[in-house]
Amino acid sequence: MTTQALPSALAAIVDDFQALSEPERLQLLLEFSEGLPELPDRLKDHPELLEQVVECQSPLFLTVETGTNDDGAVRLFFKAPPEAPTTRGFAGVLHEGLDGLTADEILSVPDDMPELLGLTRAITPLRMRGMTAMLGRIKRKVAAASQAQA
Amino acid sequence: MPYPVEQNEKFAAYAHPERLVSTEWLAAAVESGAVAAGDLVVVESDEDVLLYETGHIPGAVKIDWHTDLNDEVSRDYVNGEAFAELAASKGISRDSTVVIYGDKSNWWAAYALWVFELFGHRDVRLLDGGRDKWVAEGRELTKDRPAPASGNYPVVERDDAPIRAFKDDVLAHLGTGPLIDVRSPEEYTGQRTHMPAYPEEGALRGGHIPTAASIPWARAAAADGTFRNREELEAIYLGEAGLTEGDDVVAYCRIGERSSHTWFALKYLLGFDSVRNYDGSWTEWGNAVRVPIVKGAERGSVPVAVGA
Repeated sequence: MTTQALPSALAAIVDDFQALSEPERLQLLLEFSEGLPELPDRLKDHPELLEQVVECQSPLFLTVETGTNDDGAVRLFFKAPPEAPTTRGFAGVLHEGLDGLTADEILSVPDDMPELLGLTRAITPLRMRGMTAMLGRIKRKVAAASQAQA
Repeated sequence: MPYPVEQNEKFAAYAHPERLVSTEWLAAAVESGAVAAGDLVVVESDEDVLLYETGHIPGAVKIDWHTDLNDEVSRDYVNGEAFAELAASKGISRDSTVVIYGDKSNWWAAYALWVFELFGHRDVRLLDGGRDKWVAEGRELTKDRPAPASGNYPVVERDDAPIRAFKDDVLAHLGTGPLIDVRSPEEYTGQRTHMPAYPEEGALRGGHIPTAASIPWARAAAADGTFRNREELEAIYLGEAGLTEGDDVVAYCRIGERSSHTWFALKYLLGFDSVRNYDGSWTEWGNAVRVPIVKGAERGSVPVAVGA
């Protein structure tokens, strides 16, 4: 497997996961779960601004902001309950790996990126598809926003 | 030695009150040091594989249904050797009293309990209300991982027949005994081939097994995740579903976890002697060649070619 095609922050995360044993990978995912930032106040009080990724086994809401920054950075916001640490962990990985990148960089991430984390044995295929769905949703939203701006 | 059975009015009405414990009872057992001493083994078994790590009942060990209870290469459960090794590593001996709890109203906890019973483990109980109730009541959680002394577990061959049904068993059962489909109404009618919010795990065809009654698993649970009382359960399963005493019942869902919850309610709360969980469930039946299905809200009848 190669991580060359990944944006550098995401590639670093994948490398971190790959360097660990399986139980340690779950521990790292838990740390990402704990590290997922809180929503800013302007979104916290407006759940209607977020949309649910129904493919996830637990409630996961996200929104993507594009075009509001001069540098073209895409901002990602996630919300998942603490009793769904696996889902939160996936969100944490995507946040740390993708937040602040450009639309083109995000669109270049391979759709099967979640499989690079080496979690497919410890976590059921169904759950891994939840993370894939999260990435897919982000990419679709970024693509739609890019087209709208073009 | 078995740990004393909890006595309370709600449980006393059930056929087998010894199969449940309340959060109050378990909290007292933790407080008394019984869990720390290994007199009582508490097991957390969740759908979310990281939930245990975020905090669990003091002294509880974790069993992951996916990596601990399933065989890696066969779609089956672990064998006697692997189960003995797993149990011993969690501090469980053959005569241990085991209390299991988990997320999502005990889906996976009931499933783990059912697997323990495939191996004939005698004293295994569910925490009524599961993890959510414990948390909602503000009871203690810890991130400390217990280091249980190794248990002494013999190699016991699984005895599937009494409580597990395979596809051929269900085919033979058609027209002779009742089936309970515990999935959502949308899955039952065939509107969708997967449970709501789980769109990716489907089957080729949507519908239900002919003659099966639709009683979604959650009907057995009250708002706080505890089991409904006996009277309420009887109204649902004897009334609506039409089960009668002495029936040989088969329950199924999508992969057998939600139906473990119903299996538990039928067997231990209502006292049906013969209840089997069809763990192949809809992911097998909905994809299998030459098995009949029914679409729509009606239970349907057994096709002559199958029933003959």
